[in-house]
Amino acid sequence: MTATILPLVFDGLCFDASGERLIHDLTATLRGGARTILLGPNGAGKSLTLRLAHGLLRPSAGSVRWTGNRAQAAREGQAMVFQRPVMLRRSVAANVDYALALRGLARATRRPLVDEALARAGLGDMAKRSARVLSAGEQQRLALARAWAVEPEVLFLDEPTANLDPAATRTVEEMITAIHEAGATIIMTTHDLGQAHRLADEILFLHRGRLMEHMAAAAFFAGPQSAEAKAFLTGDLLW
Amino acid sequence: MSDFHDAFASAFSLIFGLNADLVEIISLSLKITFSGVALSALIGLPLGAAVALLRFPGRGAVVVVLNAFMGLPPVVVGLVVYLLLSRSGAFGVLGLLFTPTAMIIAQCFLITPILAALTRQIIADLWEEYSEQLRSLGTTPARAIPTLLIDARATLLTTILAGFGRAFGEVGAVMIVGGNIAHSTRVMTTAIALETSKGDLPLALGLGMILLLLSLAINGGAYVLGDIARRELR
Repeated sequence: MTATILPLVFDGLCFDASGERLIHDLTATLRGGARTILLGPNGAGKSLTLRLAHGLLRPSAGSVRWTGNRAQAAREGQAMVFQRPVMLRRSVAANVDYALALRGLARATRRPLVDEALARAGLGDMAKRSARVLSAGEQQRLALARAWAVEPEVLFLDEPTANLDPAATRTVEEMITAIHEAGATIIMTTHDLGQAHRLADEILFLHRGRLMEHMAAAAFFAGPQSAEAKAFLTGDLLW
Repeated sequence: MSDFHDAFASAFSLIFGLNADLVEIISLSLKITFSGVALSALIGLPLGAAVALLRFPGRGAVVVVLNAFMGLPPVVVGLVVYLLLSRSGAFGVLGLLFTPTAMIIAQCFLITPILAALTRQIIADLWEEYSEQLRSLGTTPARAIPTLLIDARATLLTTILAGFGRAFGEVGAVMIVGGNIAHSTRVMTTAIALETSKGDLPLALGLGMILLLLSLAINGGAYVLGDIARRELR
């Protein structure tokens, strides 16, 4: 096991777009091993925070800091699954193989890893199919398999089940749990309270670009501090 | 009117009689166009993708030049290649002027900017869709060039065939650098120009019809292929 890249520290993180501040002064420390859920209504800044953490966006102010001082280790220790995953126009197996090839693995090493990744996602018998013709649920499982294959220390998930029906959602959640049990730290956004209940170890509750709460999931669901979180939990419409 | 009637009749007999001159001209046309477009694709596709994906100083100027060069007048290209390849030109020592190779080079000059400009747009659009996912997977812009070229293959195929259509029907540039020499550099378009000015309408018409049919076949093929590819590769 190489040196860990966690904890992940947000220090006064701000993000502006078109002159508007969308993330306000977010400071938090995410420890390893947990399933952290970024919870909040649409437009709370959950996805932006995830993209800032993953390095897809640059903070307008403040910083995202990984532990250790090797930028490459931090980059290769992460993977992300998007709400709408982009499948390359090639076979299911080739999609996983591509991710592994980018990590510099030799072809002979990659083949068993691809088979294993597809088996874990229950896609073993679809390996040769075109990835683009899979159903939405299968595509999301493939996206998870592709992210899992590179064995990230941290897996980001951005509303991974927002476009899926309940059955597919269940399968995806089972995969997320399996990935967590295999040792990855999960950092995930959702606006789905039930999903947060099922998966969260710790909650970051965001509202209008501000971090309102950061606490263990059990404590959050038992007694949130802020009025916004209370309203969100009781099902009031927040905006 | 009977002139035309006779011309059509003779044209058909030339075509269906597989006239040796006709066959030679057609095969040279196809050979030159295939080679010219293949070479253009080898240069234009990676160039277009690179301009779309890499950020370098002067990139804006390159985009403007590529777009402007899409409409290069063939005779001007012919003239430039002629000057480069003529005895006193920079590449005169190669002795390429009035050879099929010179014609391939001229077509390459004509088609490469078209392929590069269209490819740039196609790849830039695809990058919009792919960029977050690919950056997350750890793709560098340089590595993304082959990835996106492969993923855009259906659209790029139609682009290449469009370039093929333009090269195939082009007359000005190949006339200047090829010289329209019988049994050496005479292709369909230059032959049509020559035979028409000589008044030998049957041969000109026969060639014209074949040129038209081949263009139709190529474009029809492009349409069908593009359609299949798009359905297969959504």
